[in-house]
Amino acid sequence: MPEPVSAAAEPLLAVAGLQAWYGESHILHGVDFDVSQGEVVTLLGRNGAGKTTTLKAIMGMVTKRKGSAKIAGGETIGLSSDRIARLGMAICPEERGVFASLNVRENLMLPPKIAREGGLTLERIFALFPNLAERLNSGGGKLSGGEQQMLAIARILRTGARFLMLDEPTEGLAPVIIQQIGRTIAELKREGFTILLVEQNFRFASTVADRYFVMEHGRVIDAFANSELSANMGKLHEYLGV
Amino acid sequence: MFLGHAITAQQLYGQLLIGLINGSFYALLSLGLAVIFGMLNIVNFAHGALYMVGAFAAHFLLHDAGLNYWWALILSPLIVGAFGALLERTLLYRLRGLDPLYGLLLTFGLALVIQGVFQNYYGASGMPYAIPPELSGAHNLGFMFLPNYRAWVIAFSAFVCFSTWFMIEKTRLGAYLRAATENPTLVRAFGVNVPRMITLTYGFGVALAALAGVLAAPINQVRPGMGADIIAVVFAVVVIGGMGSILGSIVTGFVLGVVEGLTKVFYPEASNTVIFVIMAIVLLIKPAGLFGKAA
Repeated sequence: MPEPVSAAAEPLLAVAGLQAWYGESHILHGVDFDVSQGEVVTLLGRNGAGKTTTLKAIMGMVTKRKGSAKIAGGETIGLSSDRIARLGMAICPEERGVFASLNVRENLMLPPKIAREGGLTLERIFALFPNLAERLNSGGGKLSGGEQQMLAIARILRTGARFLMLDEPTEGLAPVIIQQIGRTIAELKREGFTILLVEQNFRFASTVADRYFVMEHGRVIDAFANSELSANMGKLHEYLGV
Repeated sequence: MFLGHAITAQQLYGQLLIGLINGSFYALLSLGLAVIFGMLNIVNFAHGALYMVGAFAAHFLLHDAGLNYWWALILSPLIVGAFGALLERTLLYRLRGLDPLYGLLLTFGLALVIQGVFQNYYGASGMPYAIPPELSGAHNLGFMFLPNYRAWVIAFSAFVCFSTWFMIEKTRLGAYLRAATENPTLVRAFGVNVPRMITLTYGFGVALAALAGVLAAPINQVRPGMGADIIAVVFAVVVIGGMGSILGSIVTGFVLGVVEGLTKVFYPEASNTVIFVIMAIVLLIKPAGLFGKAA
């Protein structure tokens, strides 16, 4: 087990022995890790390791779950996804999930406020993502990949959710946009958001992450802090098959 | 085309009016079906039976509760809509995520049960429902006499259809409906109680059917079989317009009612089948429906 970043405080998210199924497929076989308030934690691993399923399982979006997933000390394993969202969790899925039958403004305003404070104002959001302000009336299906990614992140920032789960936010995007997303995540971290990140691109992750957990075959097989990243490069390359 | 006999202007406008009236019912009923299919992925075979229950509720409210037509316009959709929500919460919700075939079978069974119960209690013959006195009489437009009640049915149906379309396409509430139709799992993960939305949506679709029943009561008789008579045509309308397309079902409903009416003038023998012929043609050329998106 890795040395915790802050041993004193109880973690905001504590996952222990988490198992998950999509239909009949048993994807997660016992995932253990934790995330403390204000941290950026990254899940690394090859395709099919179970990283996306882990995020979805925490959010209650899988067919069946077993084990333990405590949020702020409270067990959530039996809760539906709307109850989990109202605890302050939000997800930006890998496929982004921009609704094509809604325009950009409707997409942005769709997730309801789940806390009276803690959400970003629209001004702040448009400052972070100026392109969205220009495209408010465009149909959701007409956006480029980068614009969709920005919209998918922007819409969960309004709600007051303080624990954000971002699944491959830089996948398939141009370097200039990747930098913008990196700046956004750093900015959110400064504002006290807690972020659980799934990233294949660990060079990008290393610019924002505090800790890493490596997954394989539905389990966490290794963990290290950002300071230990260069020391573990060899192991990482082996795990990721890069 | 004229098959040897002359068509009077009177006949033409008369049938056009009937066509618009029928088109109003087709539009209201297929709109409810489209909304339900979009959200629940269920082909609601019980829709005709619930239209019938709406008409019977109006009759009951008038003859047993002393509440007139205007009360019935509000209360019947509310009562029958609530009944629909109950059906969804107790029966239909068990079919969520399953093949649409199960929804079809269950609602078909429900239709038979509902119709059977009413037939058992009321018999097969119909009961009249009086045109409300405020809407009796007619206006002379010069080229035809326009009965006031029929003008009201057309205007009010168009208003309800347009309002529903506007609510779905242009309002915040409608955005939730559209999003939940597209990706209910993600909408739920944003903190929205999607199961409750689904129940209310089914109730709303059923309420539209009941409203059509109240509007129909003074024109047709209130009979247990009135739903079964109309449901086949309504399904053809939905197939032609495109399942799940709100605008498609409204426009197609009105247009096909008029087409049916005109066919009755020019080629009466075909008037019962013309809509089904059109349905067959649309299925061959554009199976998703005229306004539908390819699946």
